[in-house]
Amino acid sequence: MSGACTVQARGLTKMFGDVVALDSVDLDVPPGQIHGIVGPNGAGKTTLLGILLGLAFADGGSLEVLGAPVGRGRAVPDGVTGFVDGPGLYPALTARGNLAALARLRGPDAPTTGIDDVLDQVGLADVADDKVRGFSLGMRQRLGLAAALLTKPRLLVLDEPANGLDPAGKRHVHRTLARLAADGATVILSSHRMDDLEELCSEVTILATGRVTFSGPLDKLAGENRELDYRLMTSDNDAARQVAAETDGITVVDDPEVAPNRDVLVVRALVPALDQLVPRLVQANIAVRELAPVVSPLETAFLALTERQESTAAQETGQ
Amino acid sequence: MTATPVTTTTGAPPAAASAARPVSVARAFRFELVKQLAQWRVRLLILACWIGPAIAVIVVSGQSTLPSDTLFGREMHATGWAGALVVLSFAGSWFFPLLTSVVAGDVFSSEDRLGTWRHLLVAVRSPRRIFLAKALASLAVLAMCVPGLAVSGIVGGLVVGSRSLTGLDGHQLGPMDAAGKLLLAWLCALAPILAFAAIGLLASVIFGRSPIGLLLPAFGGLGMQLASQVLPMPAAVRVTLPSFAFLSWNGLFTSPPQLGSLIAGIAASLAWAAVATALAYVLFMRRDFTSLAHDGSVRRAIVFGIAPLLAVWVLSAAVVAAATGATGSGIDQAKLQRSLATSFAHLYRVQSQEVYHLNVTEAQLRVTTSCTKGSGLVADEGPGNDWRCVVYWHLPGVNDATGQAVYQLDVNANGRYVADGDGPNEVNGYFVVHTPYGIAPNPLWQFDGLVDLLSPPSKG
Repeated sequence: MSGACTVQARGLTKMFGDVVALDSVDLDVPPGQIHGIVGPNGAGKTTLLGILLGLAFADGGSLEVLGAPVGRGRAVPDGVTGFVDGPGLYPALTARGNLAALARLRGPDAPTTGIDDVLDQVGLADVADDKVRGFSLGMRQRLGLAAALLTKPRLLVLDEPANGLDPAGKRHVHRTLARLAADGATVILSSHRMDDLEELCSEVTILATGRVTFSGPLDKLAGENRELDYRLMTSDNDAARQVAAETDGITVVDDPEVAPNRDVLVVRALVPALDQLVPRLVQANIAVRELAPVVSPLETAFLALTERQESTAAQETGQ
Repeated sequence: MTATPVTTTTGAPPAAASAARPVSVARAFRFELVKQLAQWRVRLLILACWIGPAIAVIVVSGQSTLPSDTLFGREMHATGWAGALVVLSFAGSWFFPLLTSVVAGDVFSSEDRLGTWRHLLVAVRSPRRIFLAKALASLAVLAMCVPGLAVSGIVGGLVVGSRSLTGLDGHQLGPMDAAGKLLLAWLCALAPILAFAAIGLLASVIFGRSPIGLLLPAFGGLGMQLASQVLPMPAAVRVTLPSFAFLSWNGLFTSPPQLGSLIAGIAASLAWAAVATALAYVLFMRRDFTSLAHDGSVRRAIVFGIAPLLAVWVLSAAVVAAATGATGSGIDQAKLQRSLATSFAHLYRVQSQEVYHLNVTEAQLRVTTSCTKGSGLVADEGPGNDWRCVVYWHLPGVNDATGQAVYQLDVNANGRYVADGDGPNEVNGYFVVHTPYGIAPNPLWQFDGLVDLLSPPSKG
């Protein structure tokens, strides 16, 4: 194990009765990284995040957080905070009241950021004195993030922080997390929003039925993928269709479920084939207005990996 | 798959962080208190405790009809101390179980409803300290409410007037004596309040976000009262119910005070409080916080809640029975006759002073009584409204002349009785007398009395 990682897990196992929630999970997250945890429902994401926060302990394996061993009888170190299953907020208190109570709870010696500062960071300065009872889900998520930021975390663990966020809220959260990571803190978050993860995370870990099916950089994940569907908008779609059909490695998708809009061409290809298609379109005097994956590479990989895992599990059960 | 034991890595890098220190109990307590006091219902409750009793005492004391069903209610015109005692009686019957429900019965379950347990654990990092802080915060809120009730009731009483109070055996208590006993009575009520608060904590831990936890102390108190009123049960069993301890201060208002039931009630209540709190602590420490849905279960409630508390009840009743020898209802003919004779003698003296301005002594009256139950068709034992007593006394200043009066007694299972004069009219009928505070009903017409349930049974 390298001592440089904020989180180092080896062979983490957690069982609830007969149910295996985590099965030999390895995880390495260096400082300053925003790391995504992805997986279908019941994959073990929340269990893993709960263990990182010290809410539960692994039944087997080893875990180091911020260089300190964590396990039964060994609490997570200072500087670790976050939330799972939504932020814990008290509706009878104002946003400022919630944060002030938390700050007082930690005492005068605890490193804290100013309440107004964190409220401003998450875009809630205008509603600081409103009762949380009237807050939307997105506002609560942002206030939960503010509560976590209050302690100047070195490891921030967030479960679905993007839930309920509007575009403005999402921008606030993304900026805040990026700033935190730039300052050297580590952020581990789970989300079902692949676009968020692609925008925020440099590395992801995909869990399925408690096992790690992938862990690494996003581009590696995209590279491991075989083919993607791309949406292609050009100045002459009929001509583009013909050029695409004549290009090696390119398949024009006519399935109305994938390509419902006749004004948009959908092609299935690997990246090298796309690299050939674009110059050929230009040579044919067809202007390329948009070329983008129909489904993000991460989502495609996620679906492929988890489906593969499920079918393997089904086969094992069948045997 | 085989789970291998957790291993810890040695040789942590120099920058290794130290393990997070749990938040101190004092800070966690303040956090819990802030949350409690932020709730409008708790603030409203505290305000009501400090204002309500004074208003109630002043308003009710000014009405022509008094709450004579409540102990000391019929004396509210006579003295403000009666109003303050009515507040304590009413609170013991209805308000304290409700108060403990709202305060202690919700202290854990509110975190389940709000889904804030994980947040709290991450912030405090010690379930033990969270439990202590929550229990202490509940006590703190109760400490803001209960003195308010007492002070407010006393202030209302003082506005009505600080005059002598007639005790439950007819003897007169001066204002200072009444005030001292009132304060002592409020102190005695703390033990059952603690018991109900502990039951609230236990219910809150067991039932999680289910509203049953919130309602249990209130319904538990009501159930105990109903059971106590309706079910025939030995005196030792009755006095060891926490709900009885809300009434056992009544014994302070006789001379000599009836301390047996009072001490048994307080001791049993403290035992209930200790066991319920210990159970709540153990259950809380064993709880799995990784599960979000914690709605409790009936089986868990029976095994970890009802069964141990029933055991405490049975055990404490056995101890009381062994110590006092009280195995029956605690109400028998001899006790009633003695109690009624004492009350009649004291009140006859009051009547003589108010009506005839004569000073007679209890010794001169030589009062005796003869009580029968159910017109002799049933045993002269136990509660009921079919007790009939004939009182005999020597008429002061008239040689060998004996007076005779009849009373119908409605005897409550808790030992309290109401004596209703049944003639002759000039002795115990309804007529008004002139008193220093105005006109009042004849003191021998209707009055409250008390039988000591735990005193040894005696032959008439």
